[in-house]
Amino acid sequence: MSQKEFLQQLDEAEIFVKSEQILPSVELWQIDDKHWQRFAELAAENKMRWAAGWAEQNGEQFYVHACFEKAGDYILLRATINESKPEILSQATVYAAANRSERHTHDMFGIDFLNHPDPRCWMRHKAWGKRDYPLRHNFPVQGTPADITPPDTDYHFVQSHGVGVYEIPVGPVHAGIIEPGHFRFQAVGELILNLEERLGYVHKGTEKIAEGRTPEGLAKLAARVSGDTCVSHAWAACMAMEQAAGIEIPKRAALIRGIFAERERIVNHLGDIGAICNDVAFTFAFMQFMRLKELWCRSNYELFGHRFLMDKIIPGGVADDITDASSKFLHTEIEELRIALNDLIPALDLNSSLEDRLYTAGYLSPETAAHFGTLGFVGRASGQDFDVRRDATYAPYDSVKVKVALENQGDIASRFWVRYKEINTSLKLIEQFVEQLAQLPEGDLMTEWQTPKSGSYGLGIVDGWRGEIISYVRFAENNTIARFYPRDPSQLNWEALEKAVLNNIVPDFPVCNKSFNCSYSGCDL
Amino acid sequence: MLNLFKKIFTTGVVTENYKTPYDQELETLGIEIKRHIDQKFTGSLAIRAVDAGSCNGCELEIHALNNPFYDVERFGIHFVASPRHADILLVTGVVSRHMQTALLRTYDATPNPKWVIAMGDCASCGGEFGVSYASCGAVSNVIPVDMTIAGCPPSPLVLLKSLLALIEKK
Repeated sequence: MSQKEFLQQLDEAEIFVKSEQILPSVELWQIDDKHWQRFAELAAENKMRWAAGWAEQNGEQFYVHACFEKAGDYILLRATINESKPEILSQATVYAAANRSERHTHDMFGIDFLNHPDPRCWMRHKAWGKRDYPLRHNFPVQGTPADITPPDTDYHFVQSHGVGVYEIPVGPVHAGIIEPGHFRFQAVGELILNLEERLGYVHKGTEKIAEGRTPEGLAKLAARVSGDTCVSHAWAACMAMEQAAGIEIPKRAALIRGIFAERERIVNHLGDIGAICNDVAFTFAFMQFMRLKELWCRSNYELFGHRFLMDKIIPGGVADDITDASSKFLHTEIEELRIALNDLIPALDLNSSLEDRLYTAGYLSPETAAHFGTLGFVGRASGQDFDVRRDATYAPYDSVKVKVALENQGDIASRFWVRYKEINTSLKLIEQFVEQLAQLPEGDLMTEWQTPKSGSYGLGIVDGWRGEIISYVRFAENNTIARFYPRDPSQLNWEALEKAVLNNIVPDFPVCNKSFNCSYSGCDL
Repeated sequence: MLNLFKKIFTTGVVTENYKTPYDQELETLGIEIKRHIDQKFTGSLAIRAVDAGSCNGCELEIHALNNPFYDVERFGIHFVASPRHADILLVTGVVSRHMQTALLRTYDATPNPKWVIAMGDCASCGGEFGVSYASCGAVSNVIPVDMTIAGCPPSPLVLLKSLLALIEKK
């Protein structure tokens, strides 16, 4: 069903939509708040994916936003509610993916999502009061915190009882070198009966401290939403700001952004493949892949001055050029990586102990993956055939053919192989971008910045290495940021992890978790 | 199986094949660390990494310390699973208010003598996030810090150098 037919269907259901094309692949649909839930029901029937949800304050009103996608066409849904009665019907009754997002919005804005299936708080632990809402305008950025914020002991985890059922609390400080979060397992023997995640430990007030920043300042903050995704998050935020400012970046800058983003994907995938192997005690592969990753980090540093390319994407363009000499280097490096992978991958493929541990473990069915709107390699390993680069394309991907890796076994092995295939795709993309760069005359890396009108906004949608990133930016007066909301793909993938570990053994949790590799920071904001 | 052996032998030991000054420097640094550690800790230094609110950039670089290029464990420096086994807390990120108690408890659980390293710009001075309703800012606002390592994130090499400096100071 096309968007037009869907509009007709909505019309028949007496849901009146004020629609406006705001970007080539995004339409803004404004509806009455009382239809919020009904809209979700019809959208679900129409097999649309719930992609993101956030709110913002506009004087004495709140805009509530939800973002839907189908076949690469996005709908930015907006309803307006009053501060005096901040409530709206929940979409989480229809879309499981909306669950934590709505709870986040509730904790930050005090908007009640009526009929929400899970009324517990999510982002709020004890750093601010139950009736305080950090993202409201009257909440000072410094808040009124206690000297020592007490631990959050009031959260009601799912309880279990019965002979032989026991509970394992894990975190927030984990045994490995990873980010903090709490996992609550219920298990019988070694088998996981239930897993509940409790996140929010790395909530750093990212959305609040974005307010009032300059575009450059926001780009820096966006790069630190999740450090391993610094390129793609900065890109999404800059894309949104550039839309608001009505500027288009030079072709050269777009190509360089593409190269940076694909390098980021390769570096992270190499690390992940190694780490998955490490979690099943296959040290050979771990060391080999960490070696390859380090080589790429080093060349990032040598060519562009930062091992993860942080702060290389700036509003209006990029901070670094790719010279002819570095192009040559990039080509050599790609060839060397291909040779290394051709050695390693068959060796891994033939390894029976790896096969024994990775196949069928951490199974995520295509239905569950779709239910939670799972993104990136996690979704693609469970048959979710979606990639922003191909389906809602943007420069420089509009000039090439993006082959999307797809598997449908849904186990750790699938997520392993999707990563490997994505590395190959990225290598090809970099080659094509470098080739296109060579044909371009030397030129500007940046378009001159134009101060956006107060109230103008943009929606940056890019495919980061974890999957689709949605970044919403609205400007206030004098070139400052009024609202920034980045939706990391982890936000949706985290919930799917809870399902993927069921009926696995507790000792396999680390490798299941690593195969998803969700970001805590990107989700806690 | 033969594939594996072949790859291991053809790859060789990357750790020792440094030719550039950049890597030689690392080699000498590492050896010096070992000498100091041998003196003070009979050959071992146990580090507990605590992410108190980082963006995870610093974690990537701590991981890199264990890759075959740096192979920090050959110098007796290793990462442990519990603060109770640790000589050093390596803290990254601003301290989010939601992690404040957890960090304090981790600090208390670490036996004396212990040192705290605040790693990265956020942990050292607040970085991009600073102090807010959600963040206590620098680690020194919450627990005593013996050393700070600047950088966003600091490279593995800088990290190694700093470990050495900390050991020398004591």
